[in-house]
Amino acid sequence: MPDRSLQAQRLFSDRYGIDPARVSSLLSLALARGGDFAELFFEHRTNGSISLEDQRIKSAARSVEQGVGIRVVKGDSIGYAYTESLDAEAMARAAETASRIGTEDERPTAINTTPRAATGSYYGEEALLSDEPPAAKVALLERADRAARAYDPSITRVDASVADETKTVLVARSDGQIVGDVQPLMRMNVMVLSEKGESRQTARTGGGGRLGLEYFERVTPEDTARDAARQALLLQDAVDAPAGEVPVVLAAGDSGILLHEAIGHGLEADFNRKGTSNYSDRVGEPVASELVTVIDDATIEESRGSINVDDEGNPTKRNVLIEGGVLRGYLQDEISARHFGVEPSGSGRRQSFKHPIMPRMTNTLMLPGPSTPDEVVASVERGIYCVAFSGGQVNISNGDFTFSTTEAYLIENGKITSPLRTTNLIGNGPDALSKVSMVANDYALSDGRWTCGKEGQSVPVGVGLPTILVSAMTVGGTQLG
Amino acid sequence: MADATPLDLAARAVALAQTQGAEQCDAIAFAHTEATVSVRLGEIEKLIEAGSSSLGLRVIDGGRTAVCSTSDFAPATFEQFVADTVELARISAPDEHAGLPERELLATAGAEALRLYDERIDNLSTEEKIVMARDCEAAALAHDPRITNSEGASVSTRVGELALANSEGFAAGYPATSVSLMTEVLADDADGKKRNAYWFSSERSLRGLMEPATLGRIAAQRAVDQLGARKVETKRVPVIFEPMMAAQLVGDVARCATGGALYRGATFLAGKVGQQIGSTGVTLVDDPTEPGRAGSRPFDGEGVASARHTLFEKGRFEGFLFDCYTARRADARTTGSAQRGVASLPEPGAANLVLAPGPTPAEEIVAGTSEGLLVTALMGFGFNPTTGDYSRGVAGFWIENGAIAYPVAEANISGNVAEMLAQVDAVGSDLTWFGATAAPTVRIAEMTVSGT
Repeated sequence: MPDRSLQAQRLFSDRYGIDPARVSSLLSLALARGGDFAELFFEHRTNGSISLEDQRIKSAARSVEQGVGIRVVKGDSIGYAYTESLDAEAMARAAETASRIGTEDERPTAINTTPRAATGSYYGEEALLSDEPPAAKVALLERADRAARAYDPSITRVDASVADETKTVLVARSDGQIVGDVQPLMRMNVMVLSEKGESRQTARTGGGGRLGLEYFERVTPEDTARDAARQALLLQDAVDAPAGEVPVVLAAGDSGILLHEAIGHGLEADFNRKGTSNYSDRVGEPVASELVTVIDDATIEESRGSINVDDEGNPTKRNVLIEGGVLRGYLQDEISARHFGVEPSGSGRRQSFKHPIMPRMTNTLMLPGPSTPDEVVASVERGIYCVAFSGGQVNISNGDFTFSTTEAYLIENGKITSPLRTTNLIGNGPDALSKVSMVANDYALSDGRWTCGKEGQSVPVGVGLPTILVSAMTVGGTQLG
Repeated sequence: MADATPLDLAARAVALAQTQGAEQCDAIAFAHTEATVSVRLGEIEKLIEAGSSSLGLRVIDGGRTAVCSTSDFAPATFEQFVADTVELARISAPDEHAGLPERELLATAGAEALRLYDERIDNLSTEEKIVMARDCEAAALAHDPRITNSEGASVSTRVGELALANSEGFAAGYPATSVSLMTEVLADDADGKKRNAYWFSSERSLRGLMEPATLGRIAAQRAVDQLGARKVETKRVPVIFEPMMAAQLVGDVARCATGGALYRGATFLAGKVGQQIGSTGVTLVDDPTEPGRAGSRPFDGEGVASARHTLFEKGRFEGFLFDCYTARRADARTTGSAQRGVASLPEPGAANLVLAPGPTPAEEIVAGTSEGLLVTALMGFGFNPTTGDYSRGVAGFWIENGAIAYPVAEANISGNVAEMLAQVDAVGSDLTWFGATAAPTVRIAEMTVSGT
């Protein structure tokens, strides 16, 4: 695979005539009324999907989108405009619109640009899924369908889909840097229905990442489908969850959603710059149990949350957020980094060229600890064990967060017993993290299924966790006592 | 085709697809300009302005379906896009339920009577929006000395046009506007926690928008009211949903009352048409024909004329909302409920959802509750549409002896939506609109509230 930065530069130059000279003149126009810096974010994105329902291919879809977002920053304020048309006139109009955040008399600023190569390479190197023939994807869906039906006769319906995205981005900044990236992303989803008499249960699973067809050598369509069937059958036998505060064991992997909600969002520097997060002004202070070390790492090979370069053109890296329970720093974009006088952490992300930048998470995870998973479970007399989730949410300001289980079990006398119905858990970030009383040695990363929403913008993320014990959380079941 | 209208583009896509041999097709196109102004602590934080247009083409050929979208309308690219869509449909398997609406179902009335467009929004200047946002935030900050910080206030406008054309000869479009105003402010609590609250107003016309200072004061009061929030003991008590929360609850119910959820087997309402599900207080209607509302429209995403549909009449489940495909799968008729973006197939859903108000003032519902929880915020995704199991994080107020005793945080409520609807024992007279959903205060006789 050739250098992805150069590949992106070539795409925009060949198709739309966007070369260093054009870029310089647009940046100069954007900064004509003053401002600290400006950037152009060019994007070309193709999305494709094929879906199977009731043992036949229901539909195929494909979309293409392209455009440029232009941002002018002045202190903490921004002017922003975008256009889907990449012709010279439309782009100049957008640059002029964005420039209006400036208040000075018009004066041209000369900008010299230097295109640069990629600094990291964290994606699969084999062919993109979008380039595979449709028949290859249809075969994957049919394999998933067969496997789910074969798992149990109660599986009466299987919906499966495979989706791919190829996003080519080019960031041109007024400090002269031009850098690009070609970001692949794929995902398989399976939903099954299990019917036993009057009782119907559905379950969804999925997985993927920043790679191509080679994903299915690691996780086969059969694996994904059987996992969905297994979850639906478990729900057939599920009992009501307890109500009230109990010890909660979180299994390795998707349970990392706890970190994403309990602390990740609260450490995004925009909230802290404004003093609206419950972690504002707390760098250097203990905010979690000593067992807790939390990392946001954009460099994990092929993970859904990984990116070679962030959407402001900064190199991405592994950022330590909490070390031994002590808060080390925030996730910074350019505006926040300037505000705090620190280096950007490569955390500037956006949904598309139509959306302004915000500091965001990538892959957020907790490092493993000294216990074994069995010791963690065995330590609990009566509590719950959570494995899979439908989603989570946090209130940044007061720190209250929730997450909802799709696969969870009772723990009775140190043993995992009955599966539980859909249940919500609620806690408060610093409180829950101070109650992390055991951390196991079995860290796992989520398998490419999470999308994070913030202020209406969605970006793909990863989460990871070893098995841990939170000594008390409020579980929203119906079973009193 | 730089100056082509959405209607031109949709009609051209359909004509080209027919030339390419597509048996049936329809195209939906949008063009809009959006502008957002946000201010924080009195200073301008963001000025966003942009225009955008996009088109989605669906081809159904011998029952085989494909859908593609583009925003590149250069003639050569556009022709290739249409040809690719027709080609892509060959991947799918024939499905006898796929197909456009029957001709007699297509809308003939225009959008004029629906009052979807307000010229004043189109003409609102950036300076005027800045003043509105500043007034809103300033009123919130001045409302109470305990308000110490702000996430800012913003005004957004959208002015656009939507068009739909199909191979049955349907071609129509209409202009529409929207404006929204929101603010969020914070108060400092004794234990170092921050208590935040927001309020918003979203309307088709400027006249309907809440006055900025009033909106700011509501947000500020809601933040201050949460000061001193605490956990509660786990117990079963009556739970009152204020109108905004009741609107979220009926939104969850309506998503289960769609043909999409029905044929996928993913709804607790499957097989329940004609049955008494809720108490007699539950009358839930979807009405895309009410003038001036966020979800109002002359036709749905397939061109079918809009009509009012009752989902629950005094607790009786009357039926599902369908688009053409899901209706055929259920051997029913479309209810004109197709929702559609450019990049995906239509899916049925509610347009303007209204939970009918009852006779009781909201204060009397609280006064008539000896002990219970008033919910003012819901969090999380703990709802299983297939079984109706419902478990959500909440904040609000504890009620003792018919009066608000103290604010509550970090609690969960849980139950089953079918049982919750059956246990609705009071419905307020305070019907309030939130975007495309309206609901009054609702009390559920008993739910599990989890806390300590």
